[in-house]
Amino acid sequence: MSKVKVKKDNFWVRNRKSNGYLLKKTIMKYGISICRFILLFGMCFLILQPIFNKISISFMPEGDIYNPTVISIPAHPTSSNYELAAKLMNYQKSLFNSFFMSLAIAVIQVTMTTIVGYGFARFDFPFKKFWFACVMLVILVPPQTVSVSLHLHFRFFDILGLSKLITGDTINLKGSVLPYFMMSFLCMGLKNGLYIYMVRQFFRNIPKELEEAAYVDGCGTMKTFLRIMLPDAKPILTSCFLFAYVWQWTDGFYSSMFLGTTPLLSTTLNGLVEGLGAYMTRLVGSKTSVSVAYSNAVLSAGTMMFLLPLIILYLFAQKGFVESLSSSGIKM
Amino acid sequence: MKKQKSKLAGLQKRKAIAGYLFISPFILGFLMFMIKPLIQSLSMAFCQVDLGPASFVQTYAGIKWFNHAFTIDADFVRQLTEVMTKMVINTFAVMVFSFFVALILNQKFHGRALVRAIFFLPVILSSGIVLGLEDNNSVAAQLADTIEQAASGISVTGAIEEIFKTAGVGTRAFEKVFEVIDGIYDVAIASGIQIIIFLSGLQTISSSMYEAADIEGCTAWEALWKITFPMISSLFLVNWIYTIIDFSMRSDNELISKIQVIMAGQLNYGLASAMSWVYFLVVMAFIAITSFLISKGVYYYE
Repeated sequence: MSKVKVKKDNFWVRNRKSNGYLLKKTIMKYGISICRFILLFGMCFLILQPIFNKISISFMPEGDIYNPTVISIPAHPTSSNYELAAKLMNYQKSLFNSFFMSLAIAVIQVTMTTIVGYGFARFDFPFKKFWFACVMLVILVPPQTVSVSLHLHFRFFDILGLSKLITGDTINLKGSVLPYFMMSFLCMGLKNGLYIYMVRQFFRNIPKELEEAAYVDGCGTMKTFLRIMLPDAKPILTSCFLFAYVWQWTDGFYSSMFLGTTPLLSTTLNGLVEGLGAYMTRLVGSKTSVSVAYSNAVLSAGTMMFLLPLIILYLFAQKGFVESLSSSGIKM
Repeated sequence: MKKQKSKLAGLQKRKAIAGYLFISPFILGFLMFMIKPLIQSLSMAFCQVDLGPASFVQTYAGIKWFNHAFTIDADFVRQLTEVMTKMVINTFAVMVFSFFVALILNQKFHGRALVRAIFFLPVILSSGIVLGLEDNNSVAAQLADTIEQAASGISVTGAIEEIFKTAGVGTRAFEKVFEVIDGIYDVAIASGIQIIIFLSGLQTISSSMYEAADIEGCTAWEALWKITFPMISSLFLVNWIYTIIDFSMRSDNELISKIQVIMAGQLNYGLASAMSWVYFLVVMAFIAITSFLISKGVYYYE
C-alpha cells in the first residue's frame, strides 16, 4: 500500500527527472483516448440513430408525427401501428415460415458449402484452379444477370428431357419452394460462393501433419473430415451459419422470385405499404390514399417487427458474428 | 521402387477422386444454375424473345438490343456512367473508412466489444430489403429537410463548406468530398464486412515487429506506413473487389431497378439481358483493371 502512495506522490518528481517527457506522454495518452471516445461515440450514434428513429416513429399516432413539438418521444404512445402491421403482414404465419425456411436453407447451404470448401482446401485434383476460378465467377456474377433465364428454366423445368418423355410436357416449378432448395443443395443459393471461399480459407490453414497422422492411424477420407476437421471448424461454421440465416431472412430477391407463394416476412414487409392502401380502401369503401406519415409509422412498426428476431439473435450470437470471424484469422 | 511409385500414384488418384466427389455438388450446380442460364441470357441478348402462354420463342436479332440500349434508350448511358462514378467514389470512401475504423478498433480500450458489435450491426440490419425500405422513408427525409432549413444559419459543416467553396480552387473536387461526407451513413453501413476483414489482418501482425520498430526509434506514424500498411496490403485487394461487387449488386442501384422494370414490367427479355450484360462486363473490366494495378503494389510477407 505504502509503495503505491510513494509512487503517486512522485509523479512530478519523476516528470522532472525525465525532463518533462512523462507529463507529455500522459497528456498524449489521455488526449488520444478522449479523441477516440468522441469519434467512436459519434460513429456509433450515426449507425444506431436510424433504428432509434424507427422505434420512436413506430409508437407515434399520426398526429404526433406532424406535430412539430414532438421530436423523438411520442406524446400519445400507441401500439396500434404494431397491431395493424401484424395484421397486414399476417405476422404469426409469416414469422413461422421465415423462421423455418431460413433455418432449413441455412443448414443445407452451410452443409454443402462446407463439403465443397473442404474439397477445395485439402485435395489435389486436376483442373482444381479452373474450378476455383468458377467459384470466383459465382461470387462475381450478380444474381440479377441470370435471373431471367433461371425464371424460364424453372418455368419449363426438365431433367434431360425425362419428364417430356413420360408426360409429354415440362414441369412448371414456378411458385414452388423446390427450385430454391435444389439451388441451395447445389451451392448456388444466396452468396454461397462467399461461404465456400471462407470455409476453404479456414481449412487451408490446418497443418497437413494432422491429416497425415489421422491417415496413418487408419482414418479414411470421410472419417478424417468428420472426426478431425469438422470439430476444429466450429467457429467458421458458426459464422457461416449465422450469415446464411440472416441474409436469407432479409433477402428479397430470391424470396420473391422462388418463394413468392409462401408468405415470408421479407416479402410481406416489401408489400406492406401497398397492403395498407388496399386495406384502407376496403375499410372506407372508396379509393383513398394513405397519408405519408401514417404509412411510414406502420412501415416502421413492420420493420421493427421484422428486425426484432434478428436483433435478439445478434445479441446472443454477437461473439459468433464478430469474434470468431476476426480471431480465426482468415488469411485472404 | 517401382511398386512404391505406383502405389503413390494410386493414392494420389484416390485423393483426386475424393476431391472431385467433395466438390461435385458445386460442379453440378455450376453447370445447371450458372453456365446454362448465363449462356441463355447471353443468347437472349442477341435475340427477339416472344413469350407465349406455354412457351417462348427466340429469333435471332443481331445486335439490335445493344444498339437500342446505347443509341435509342435515353437514360442508359447516363445511368451507367453515373453508377460507375458513384461506385469509384463510394469504394474509395469505404476503403478509407473501414481501414481507419479497423485501426481504431484494434486498439485496446474499454467497451471495445460493444463498439465492435455496433459497427457490425449494419451487416445484419441493412442487408436485403431493409436497405430499399430505408430509401423511400420520405417522412424522415422531410423531417431532416425541415430541421436543416431551420438550422441552416448555425450549421457548422455548412459554414465550412461555404469557406472551402469560395476559396475557388478545385470546387468540383470539394463537392465530391462533401458528397461523401454527407453520405457518411451510407459509407458506414456498407463497410461492416470490410472492417472485419481488416481487423482479422491486423490481428495477424505480430506485436514483436512494432516493439522492434519502437526500440529503433520509429514513431507510430512511421510504423503505420512501414509496417501496418505493407503487412495488410493484400487485404486491400480483397476489400476493393468485395466493395465493388457489393455496391454493384445493391438493391437501391438505379440501373438494376431499371433492368428489372424492363424485364418484369415490359417483358422485354432481350433488352434487359443486353443491358445487364453491358453492365456486368463494364464492372468486370473495371475490377480486372483496378485489381491488376493494386496487385502490383501488394507486398507478400511470406
